Amino acid sequence: MNDQNTIKIDFLSKRRIALVVSAILLIISIGSLATQGLKKGIDFTGGTLVELSFVEAVELDTLRSLLTTAGFEGAVVQHFGSSKEVLIRLLPSKALNTAALSNKVLDLVNSKYGQPGELRRAEFVGPQVGEELTEDGGLALLYALICILIYVTFRFEYRFALGSVAALGHDVIITLGFFSVFQFEFDLTVLAAILAVIGYSLNDTIVVFDRVRENFRKLRNFTPTEVVNISLNQTLTRTIMTSLTTLLVLLALFFLGGEIIHDFALALIVGVVVGTYSSVYVASPITLALGISKADLVIVKVDQDELDKIP
Amino acid sequence: MMNHFPVWKNLLIALTLVVAVIYALPNLYGDDPSVQISPLRGAVINSSLLADVREDLKAKGISAVKEELSDKQILLRFKDTNDQLKSADIIKDNLSNNYVVALNLAPATPQWLRSLNAEPMYLGLDLRGGVHFLLEVDMEAAEKQSINRNASDIRQFLRENKLRYLSVVISHNTINIKFRSQDIHDKAVEELTRQFRTWEFNPSDESASTPVLVASMSAKELKEVRKYALQQNIITLKNRVNELGVAEPVIQQQGDNRIVVELPGIQDTARAKEILGATATLEYHLVDVKHSASAAQAGRVPLGSKLYNRRDGGVALLKKQIIVTGNEIIGASSGIDSDAGSAMVSVTLDGPGGKKMSNITRNNIGKPMAVVFIEHRTETKIVNGEKVRYKTVVEEVINVATIRGHFSNRFQTTGLDNSGEARDLALLLRAGALAAPIDIVEERTVGPSLGQDNIDKGFNSVLIGFALVLVFMAVYYKTFGLFADIALATNLVFIIAILSLLQATLTLPGIAGIVLTVGMAVDANVLIFERIKEELKNGNSPQASIHAGYEKAFSTIADANITTLIAAIILFGFGTGPIKGFAITLSIGILTSMFTAIIGTRALVNLTYGNRQVDKLKI
Repeated sequence: MNDQNTIKIDFLSKRRIALVVSAILLIISIGSLATQGLKKGIDFTGGTLVELSFVEAVELDTLRSLLTTAGFEGAVVQHFGSSKEVLIRLLPSKALNTAALSNKVLDLVNSKYGQPGELRRAEFVGPQVGEELTEDGGLALLYALICILIYVTFRFEYRFALGSVAALGHDVIITLGFFSVFQFEFDLTVLAAILAVIGYSLNDTIVVFDRVRENFRKLRNFTPTEVVNISLNQTLTRTIMTSLTTLLVLLALFFLGGEIIHDFALALIVGVVVGTYSSVYVASPITLALGISKADLVIVKVDQDELDKIP
Repeated sequence: MMNHFPVWKNLLIALTLVVAVIYALPNLYGDDPSVQISPLRGAVINSSLLADVREDLKAKGISAVKEELSDKQILLRFKDTNDQLKSADIIKDNLSNNYVVALNLAPATPQWLRSLNAEPMYLGLDLRGGVHFLLEVDMEAAEKQSINRNASDIRQFLRENKLRYLSVVISHNTINIKFRSQDIHDKAVEELTRQFRTWEFNPSDESASTPVLVASMSAKELKEVRKYALQQNIITLKNRVNELGVAEPVIQQQGDNRIVVELPGIQDTARAKEILGATATLEYHLVDVKHSASAAQAGRVPLGSKLYNRRDGGVALLKKQIIVTGNEIIGASSGIDSDAGSAMVSVTLDGPGGKKMSNITRNNIGKPMAVVFIEHRTETKIVNGEKVRYKTVVEEVINVATIRGHFSNRFQTTGLDNSGEARDLALLLRAGALAAPIDIVEERTVGPSLGQDNIDKGFNSVLIGFALVLVFMAVYYKTFGLFADIALATNLVFIIAILSLLQATLTLPGIAGIVLTVGMAVDANVLIFERIKEELKNGNSPQASIHAGYEKAFSTIADANITTLIAAIILFGFGTGPIKGFAITLSIGILTSMFTAIIGTRALVNLTYGNRQVDKLKI
């Protein structure tokens, strides 16, 4: 028992610093989301995307001017993965808003450009479909948070639920903020990653809470702050280990999974790092600040335990 | 007896593992390049057809590695794609239009596994290459068409019943009928209500000098019109996709007004769009009975007549005069003729169409009448290196029947061989009727080279991520780490087995889900092992520590996994295509990892340490 009571790292004494750090990150994220927003992919904006691969390296300027002269105004042309592969993006426009657009681009490149291209991928999303996806994605996030709130309230206590949902909100906003600040493309797979971040970060938080609940019942002569601190220390190795193994596979995805998975892995890496931090410095401090105490958790169970002990 | 599983429990775990291995096994065998021949329009598949095909191929020096014959198709497997492509061309040249010849990658699953219903995972379009279209039916146009048709029907009905009207005008979704007097108005309401049961007739709210009747479609009828427009388009699309020679096409309704079309393996997307976007119509003609079709075939086509091909083979000589066109068909449905007991198709024409039909049938009782199905398409072909777009028209006679009596806008085509033929005819009649326009609202095309790249990259990242985690766990947790590693490998087998059993679609995001599960699956073991370490540190015996470690970690693991599962299920519910694939593999992974990480490792720990004196645990 003595080992359990020694506090190795006093996490909570630094919670004011953590508060400042979180506040700064949140302000930057929200500020960026409000001013420049997300760089939404065609999944959400609607539009056309054509990925071509060539035998030799491609001069982007030549290709760009070729497209502009052919009337594809505002075409975004960039290398994708290597200099031999090119991604052409066309925003929705009324005149050219048809699925035939991708074929037109391919025809144009094949007939006018120095070397023929091979079609790797073509996507067309109508503006209405894009709108629906945005709406559905937002709803999915909202419903996920509500369901989790209900589950945690039911399994633990409402203060824990609020603490964990606050941590989730924190993680989601900062991950979105990261994509906004650096203007990485936000598409459907990134949205899926954000939802996976919710699952992951929650996983972390629940493990800590589970220990907090257990320790509240077991350790009698400690203040709530001390109990939380002990719990954080006890779960520390596990938190680090799991984050490390998850990060290992995410790095494998990031470097080897190909361009399409790239942003997905990036969102998860950011989310896992922020999620690990938040389960220590956001979820628990908020639960404490809401005034969680022994009495809130002990009542029912202790009666049970003591009844059990009676021979 | 601490840390000991009873024999049955160990056996059960072993048995589950064996089942999982069997169902995961088909994924190791890969695919055979193959050609699939399936029948169209009542053509038959039998061993003599197979023999013919075999001869044709032999003449060109190609032979299939394996031939499979079933009622529905012939599948020929070849040793490489070169043979496959050549053979497909040869077979297409030699077979009539009544067969679909499609390239396919048939799974090379051995017979003993197939007899157990074990099949490999179904790869999504992003992995095998192909086109995904989302089409939207223009419902406003469908409603407008229906209103237009009814307006002309109402006009004709009023005229025929001597109910004099001043005007019949369409405004928005209603038809306004102006009458000279209130008397006629009242009588018209009575008669119209009886004839047009699916419509509602109300006096106009606006005060006018003359009485105005407002006709509007009932909500039920409106729903029917939309449903009909959607089905009509699905039927048309199915017919056309058959011509594209796709092995496993998917054509499905999505929501109230959308259709999903998935064409795996299609490379020429421009052609796919052209064929899907073709317009079809049909015409009723009288058969030219005065001249012989065979003479016409020899080159002597009489003036005023035209020679057509019949869909079921042979030719027909028809008069050029058109009785009615598909635009005048309101509906067609198949059923059983109550008098003769044979299959039949009921056709309903609109007012003007019925009138024309009436004029013709009155004077031609006992003569045959034919239905010609016409398809207009734009095709792009390369001529001298330049792309040329030209229009093609395909005309075919789909049915010939004798006029048995005088009829106008409602009639039956009877004497069809079976209900299948009746259904096909009704489908074609509907497909040829004026359809509501459809637009492509979403397209996702993945070229074959990208598909293969995606498979390779996905496979690589799973492998490397997996290896890293294995090493990490073994180094950190020693013997127990190895247990976790075995559990992790088993987990991967379970995920693949379940995906194969469910025939769920594996996509690139799905692979990402598997990778993520690999990372997260060890979480349960980390929790357990850390608990065991704690117990040891507190001075408990190794056996007691193992027991307590598993016991205490369980509720934490359950809580943590259930919350993640909630997120995954919501992803599945709200997500579309790519997100769904991710959610499926993530959910399956969470469930299987609970089994392997808790029960699987426990079995291994028990077998190693259980039931004996242990001084020290390597953890």
